[in-house]
Amino acid sequence: MEYFEALIVILQSTVRVSVPLILAALAGLYSERAGIFDIGLEGKMLAAAFAAGAVAGITQNALLGLTAAMAVSVALALVHGFASITQRGNQIVSGVAINFIAAGATVILGQAWFHQGGQTPRLGEGGRFVTHELPFAAEIAGIPVLGPIYSNLLSGHFLLTYLAFALVPATWWVLYRTRFGLRLRAVGENPGAVDTAGISVTWLRYRAVICCGLLCGIAGAYLSMAMTGGFVKGMTAGKGFIALAALIFAKWKPVNVMFACLLFGFLDAMSIRLQGNPLPLIGQVPAQFMQALPYILTVILLAGFIGKAIPPRAGGVPYVKER
Amino acid sequence: MSVPYGKLPAWVDFGLIPLINLVVAFLVAGLVVLAVGESPLRAAALLVEGAFGYGEGIGYTLYYATNFIFTGLAVAMAFHGGLFNIGGEGQAYVAGIGVALPCLWLDQYVPWFVTFPFAILGAALMGAVWAMIPGWLQAKRGSHIVITTIMFNFIASSLMVYLLVDVLKPAGSMAPQTRTFVEGGRLPKLDWLLGAFGLDIGGAPFNLSFLLALIAAFVVWVIIWRTRLGYEIRTMGHSPKAARYAGIRENRIIIITMMLSGALAGMMALNPIMGDQHRMQLDFVSGAGFVGIAVALMGRSHPAGIIPAAILFGMLYQGGAEISFEMPEISRDMIVIIQGLVILFAGALENMFRPAITSLFATLGAARPGTAKPAE
Repeated sequence: MEYFEALIVILQSTVRVSVPLILAALAGLYSERAGIFDIGLEGKMLAAAFAAGAVAGITQNALLGLTAAMAVSVALALVHGFASITQRGNQIVSGVAINFIAAGATVILGQAWFHQGGQTPRLGEGGRFVTHELPFAAEIAGIPVLGPIYSNLLSGHFLLTYLAFALVPATWWVLYRTRFGLRLRAVGENPGAVDTAGISVTWLRYRAVICCGLLCGIAGAYLSMAMTGGFVKGMTAGKGFIALAALIFAKWKPVNVMFACLLFGFLDAMSIRLQGNPLPLIGQVPAQFMQALPYILTVILLAGFIGKAIPPRAGGVPYVKER
Repeated sequence: MSVPYGKLPAWVDFGLIPLINLVVAFLVAGLVVLAVGESPLRAAALLVEGAFGYGEGIGYTLYYATNFIFTGLAVAMAFHGGLFNIGGEGQAYVAGIGVALPCLWLDQYVPWFVTFPFAILGAALMGAVWAMIPGWLQAKRGSHIVITTIMFNFIASSLMVYLLVDVLKPAGSMAPQTRTFVEGGRLPKLDWLLGAFGLDIGGAPFNLSFLLALIAAFVVWVIIWRTRLGYEIRTMGHSPKAARYAGIRENRIIIITMMLSGALAGMMALNPIMGDQHRMQLDFVSGAGFVGIAVALMGRSHPAGIIPAAILFGMLYQGGAEISFEMPEISRDMIVIIQGLVILFAGALENMFRPAITSLFATLGAARPGTAKPAE
């Protein structure tokens, strides 16, 4: 029973830390399935977290904060789109640039506007997202096994958490059951064929990066308005890259993305939990090893030792109409 | 649209267009300065004054530039082979072990010039090994080098935290760093070099590794443009198909290019560890590996362009520190923005102004026939 309770606690924090990963990885999925590699997830998320913290901090309105986050993130996504679709620039270079611009600008603007060492003002009640209890959570809590699972694990999360998990099947549906999704996948595999069919490759890819921006915006807002009560500089701390790793780990498939993010979130939750607590049989595991594990797993996967991750075929290649 | 871009004279291609891109990047950075309520012109004046106005400032500028020459060369080396090595940061970090161990073993027994070759070798070797794994994975297993090098940056960071906190830290110390090296593990300063110009470097850690960086730049030039290996690397960078057709062994070249790139990034570790701190600290690379991307793009992957680009970024680092004293609104993070903007405009958007300039030259050429013909 003791282990069961510990497990519930770990799974609960797994869900908490997985949400931004799921949102950012799904964001990357839209972009990369359309053939636009995006290593700027981290930067977009960071800029969105800052915009959310700043706007919600001033207005104390969570919805305005979320809107600002999505707007800023979409703006950066459009810069990436302009560079890689219209200007046919190098997509990796553009992504790197966006990460740096976001990392620098959030600190400089934060310091200039709020004078709190790069933080935004603490968010009050109206400015942040609150957790919601599912119906009958308190009544069911007493039932063994099912009770804790329902009231502690499934209930008591932010609306954004439920949204993130709902977006997984939604993305699957968009991608595999709609015309837009079919074209999106086609443009990532063979843009020439899409063009021949009389569909604009440019507009399709722009829509994909806008989707990416919107989702990164929600991910950023979750960080500064739900997980914590305000923006702290550098608060994404590599989550954008973990999400990227999860996306590859999931072989660019929506449902796999959720499981990959939950796995990486679980490792994260475990590494906090394991500090100072030796594991049975294995002994003391360095916390750094647990932190590096998502990256190591992704490298092993990429090396083709656990299945094979094949990226969208036209990924990273600018489309030239004719030459 | 039969030809993507018209032909331009070489000085426009390699001089004017990069310059315009750079100017635009700095103009946008100026807007950010304006947005936080400071004068961009005064900031620029402070920047130049802080970086070049006095001996110590120049010493610091060149000290930072040393890091960026190494990492810029590393990125450029990979670029020539058509590979994008974002892992310079991690390679330099891990290379710290290769510098620190010889220093820890030898510093009490031999003078610095005995330690130095071992440290160079150690740094290059560790950097090369850390870059070789992604190179090998790309060559043999087809995993994307960009993703693996990013992953290796994070793995390096975790590994080094573990080593510094749990292994290399001397007993009884709290700070996650090695012990401080004595004389045998310290590089001499280059005060005489600036002294020749009548400048006093004061406390600036401008040291011998700067000369090593210049030598490395020359060696890179020789390798890329004067050897068979360099020819093969460039062929692969321009057209992997042509390289394969010409019988160049692609896998071998990918791995060698990445190892050379990693070795160059690794040698960056000499500068802060042996030249300045005289010990290995947490995060001693502090972003220099990433600055290398901007430096390589700005210098168009040529050593002759990388050295001035590295000095420019050295100026930004040193001058940026000075600005933050005078203008509290502008911290060192301003450099990160500038770095991002340079990467954006000199890298991803490098061709944005090309159509306009091409048509401008075409108009000029039509107005004065005969004068604007491309040089033969």
